Amino acid sequence: MISQEFDYAAPDTVQAALELLAEPGARPLAGGMSLIPLMKLRLTAPEKLVDLRRIPSLRSIRREGAFLHIGAMVTHYELESAPLIRQECPLLAASAAAIGDVQIRNSGTIGGSVAHADPAADYPAGLLALEARVHLTGPTGEREMAFEEFVLDPFTTAIEPGELVTAVLVPVEDPGTGVYYQKHPQPASGFPMVGVAARIRRQNGHISFARLGVTGLSGKGYRAREVEARLIGKAGAEAEVKDAAAATADGVEASSDIHASAAYRSHLACVAAARSILRSLSAAN
Amino acid sequence: MSTVTTETPTYVGKRIKRKEDPRMITGTATYLDDIKLPNMHFAAIVRSQYAAARIDRIDTSAALALPGVVAVFTGADLEGVGNVPCGVSLPGLRIPPHPILAQGRTYFVGHPVAVVVANDPYLARDGAELVEVEYTPQPGVSDPEKALEPGAPAVHPEWPDNVAFVHKQENGDVDAAFAGAEVIVKQRMLQPRVVANPMEARGAIGDYKSAEGTLTLHSSTQIPHLLRSIAAAVLGVPEHKMRVIAPEVGGGFGCKADVYAEELLVCFLSRKLARPVKWVEGRREHFQATSQGRGHVDYYELAAKRDGTILGIKLKIIQDIGSHQQLLTPLIPTLSVLMLPGLYRCKTFRAEVVGAFTNCFPTDAYRGAGRPEATYGIERIVDCLAVELGIDAAEIRLKNFIEPQEFPFSTGTGLIYDSGSYAATLGIALETVGYAALREEQRAARAAGRLMGIGIATYGEICAFGPSPYTPAGGWESATVRIEPSGQVTVHTGISPHGQGEETTFAQIAADELGVSMDDVVIVHGDTAIVQYGIGTFGSRGTAVGGTAMFLAIEELKKKILKYGAMLLETEEVEFSAGRVVCNKTGASVTVAQIAAASYRALKLPPGTEPGLVATSFWEPTNFTFPFGAHIVVTDVDPDTGEVKITRYVAVDDCGKIINPLIVAGQIHGGVAQGIGQALYEQMSYDENGQILSGEFTDYAMPKAANIPFIESLHTETPSPVNPLGVKGVGEAGAIGAPPAIVNSVVDALSHLGIRHLDMPLTPEKVWTAIQGARA
Amino acid sequence: MKHQITVTVNGNRHTADVEPRLLLIHFLRDTLFLTGPHCGCETSLCGACTVSLDGLAVKSCAVFAVQCDGRDVVTIEGIAKEGGLHPVQQCFWEEHGLQCGFCTPGMIMASRQLIERNPDPTDAEIRHGLEGNLCRCTGYQHIVTAVRAAAALERK
Repeated sequence: MISQEFDYAAPDTVQAALELLAEPGARPLAGGMSLIPLMKLRLTAPEKLVDLRRIPSLRSIRREGAFLHIGAMVTHYELESAPLIRQECPLLAASAAAIGDVQIRNSGTIGGSVAHADPAADYPAGLLALEARVHLTGPTGEREMAFEEFVLDPFTTAIEPGELVTAVLVPVEDPGTGVYYQKHPQPASGFPMVGVAARIRRQNGHISFARLGVTGLSGKGYRAREVEARLIGKAGAEAEVKDAAAATADGVEASSDIHASAAYRSHLACVAAARSILRSLSAAN
Repeated sequence: MSTVTTETPTYVGKRIKRKEDPRMITGTATYLDDIKLPNMHFAAIVRSQYAAARIDRIDTSAALALPGVVAVFTGADLEGVGNVPCGVSLPGLRIPPHPILAQGRTYFVGHPVAVVVANDPYLARDGAELVEVEYTPQPGVSDPEKALEPGAPAVHPEWPDNVAFVHKQENGDVDAAFAGAEVIVKQRMLQPRVVANPMEARGAIGDYKSAEGTLTLHSSTQIPHLLRSIAAAVLGVPEHKMRVIAPEVGGGFGCKADVYAEELLVCFLSRKLARPVKWVEGRREHFQATSQGRGHVDYYELAAKRDGTILGIKLKIIQDIGSHQQLLTPLIPTLSVLMLPGLYRCKTFRAEVVGAFTNCFPTDAYRGAGRPEATYGIERIVDCLAVELGIDAAEIRLKNFIEPQEFPFSTGTGLIYDSGSYAATLGIALETVGYAALREEQRAARAAGRLMGIGIATYGEICAFGPSPYTPAGGWESATVRIEPSGQVTVHTGISPHGQGEETTFAQIAADELGVSMDDVVIVHGDTAIVQYGIGTFGSRGTAVGGTAMFLAIEELKKKILKYGAMLLETEEVEFSAGRVVCNKTGASVTVAQIAAASYRALKLPPGTEPGLVATSFWEPTNFTFPFGAHIVVTDVDPDTGEVKITRYVAVDDCGKIINPLIVAGQIHGGVAQGIGQALYEQMSYDENGQILSGEFTDYAMPKAANIPFIESLHTETPSPVNPLGVKGVGEAGAIGAPPAIVNSVVDALSHLGIRHLDMPLTPEKVWTAIQGARA
Repeated sequence: MKHQITVTVNGNRHTADVEPRLLLIHFLRDTLFLTGPHCGCETSLCGACTVSLDGLAVKSCAVFAVQCDGRDVVTIEGIAKEGGLHPVQQCFWEEHGLQCGFCTPGMIMASRQLIERNPDPTDAEIRHGLEGNLCRCTGYQHIVTAVRAAAALERK
């Protein structure tokens, strides 16, 4: 219930933050919704927390061409409610709205969540379906990579020592794209047992574009590419969709715990995928 | 000069907002952790991470060296302290010694091994992390049925069969009933452990004053006086020098009607260190080391005629006791036996309870304490019978119900049900839910492939504990009613509410009886130095027993008031009416306030009468009371995910006379919510050795607002003849009616697939797997 | 190493030297003696600790006091105008939205945020909006009624 001792700083620029993070034992603090509970349980004990809340550049949401540039410290509530996000990237707004509860969404941030890489987080399904990119700033400069490549393993990302996730980039959604995030929450924690996000476009009555992201099923989120492939060209009748969705968990080593066995979780992923696709279809033009 | 208002509204039966609320809604109520005493220190407990283990070494040196830590104690240091007690006696009951800190061995995950005391709670936690303990883990057992199998790890080496006790009860010729039966249904049922989880976990402050030899124990408890007597004995403190104060208590549900190691520990620490010591339970500790509910493996057999008449019941209960006996642990399943026949007139039964030791913390009372278990069992097996015979679930119950003219009804288990109108109450539930139309809807739904279920549960329960020969510590209750010189009223009640609202309902009763304003009545409870000896709050006894004691004390006071009235009015032709003594000839009157002033001033006293207006009553009930009800639950099961949605919940409950409908409704909603939790979401999980798998809110699913449907709550009011208030009690009803109604509903939704039973909790995976199995 | 922080709590500015690991809830309860927010769990799920931080309902058990330097905290003790009751408090009282009262301060803070953001919520929206607050006593039904009533009162 009580964290170990640590030192604390709250710089007001990214540069200052990076200098502090260069010290061994220093870790960034975003919303704290993942980090602080872990520290209280003494499962992690950073020597120094570098609080990012005073850095204005990390809080901005702006459109940059075909992308929305979302600062790492933007909260889930801001993403759920900002008109720009709701209009231009509704799947991201829906993903944010599904996280935890009101209080958690008020504090938790997209950058913090992405950097934490919890395999049962909500964002990965949507970020994978959106083919989102992660922007990193470090001592050697800026770089960008696909979210899909950024998350490596449970709680492990491609972040380098001393680097910060400074932004997440998502595409401005083409009008006419139907999107949906279907989540089956673990009833105690509220995390997804499985969550599937879909983006579907139709052309001449047939599915012309499909992106499907899955979270919660296994050690990391993934794109269900086989399902996507099966959907292309289909009209989108329920039977066809269920047939396509049946491949959602193929080749994936599903997690098992007291809340859901691997077998049930895999089945649930297929059900969630079908529902997500069907709901996206009904929203698509 | 009197400030009492003399208008006399009637309060009882009205929807009145609570007197408790202003302090709670403003955040100014004082719960245990809000208490700050001078020089108070803080205890952090080092707990075993293994269930069964030998403790090889404890090194406290690093902890002691931490600045701020003033002491560290282990099981070797406990001179002057006895063991955590069990208050139950049963033939052959095995009570393992239960020292307040582990002695050489641990028995459950969370077993207290050492305690660190520091001047700051953060430092106490730091200190606890620095205590080094070396364990040799042993094989353990967490499943009570497995514990009874030959070769299972022995929880206590002296009792390798892991049998804590065997309790048998029977009535009538069971063998003949079964031999002559036209149909017999059998079912094994699990009622997994659930965790009480009041939002305020436990906590205690020991405050020993050595110069006076007095000990004050502040504890989040439901039983301050019993705790005082027991703790005084265990600690070797003279009872009259011990005081227990229950501050505002944030929920209990039975888990705080107990005596715990930590309560004794803080007293020991305070005495040893000559300063107050506080321990506040973390939520994880609550999962580890607070008593849990249920924990049954039940084997039911029901013998019946083809027409649905129940001829006989056989029941074997394997009760998961846990590693030790807490205060009432072995009593709880015996209460299930008492309520075995439910609302049905069958008196022929044979029951056997086997208590099994396991490497988990003990079970004990949890909302309903044995009666939800009994109701679940009988209502499930009766539904099984209904399905077997092709008889409607409501019909089969109506056929077997005890009828109104049969009351008082002696059950085969030795109880005398006080009053009831079971068929009428079920009838109201059926009508409210629109039963016939629902069965039509169900037929159509099934044809369309929808899984819709209708579940009925009727329950009776044994409440208002109770006649003292049948209770472990006395079942009477006490009240002192004091009319102050101003005419305002102070009531000291021996009950110990923790959310039930007696500060309001008792004020309603007292105000009506004395004809004063509710604003002029204050109800005091929880402090053994202020309140005369009482038993406490559990078993839905607060109003039925405690309220009656208050009522009787007021009756005594009224006699005295009449004498003063007669004296002041100079006539014997007086009666008490609406807060006044009135001469029924002239209409002249004096108020209670005027009488109070006169009685304390004592210028003149009525013959043979003392000054003052105080009366105390200790009321011994002649019987328990028997609330009853009918719950009907409509569910929709998602065939693809197994998720259960409650689409309608109708509860018709009879708690006798209703003092405050707002409060009664709240009790029903809360109880139903816990029942929904038990039926659909909650299960305390251990691995086979006793390692905890669901030890925080992240893994133990407590129902949230979105998980609870709208509850249509109705009532019938069949007064209890047991007490003058006519009250039966309502605190536990919801938790009793809900689980069987819900499980019956889901099984009903799946019955056309051949599914006859599913065990709680009905998680989506469990339901989905059953559907897959049935369709295969 | 302690840090000096200045936090406005219920309209009053407080300056204190705190350990970075001191949780906001303990700062409020043990340093400022505001014991309205309660600790009900260790995993930031129960919401009994809910306070307002710069106008946002947050779980004070998952915030360090140092994160609140220069910021504005409101607890249950600070939502009512002088001597009165906030509409949410009033309606919890009227509708019996509490029994043991332990979850109540947090529940009221969350309800207040809910109504601010959604002035005319449906029962489903209320239940969803209180996902971060557990109650073991009431079964939530009277809480929902209370929030609906408070929303209506505030719309007037």
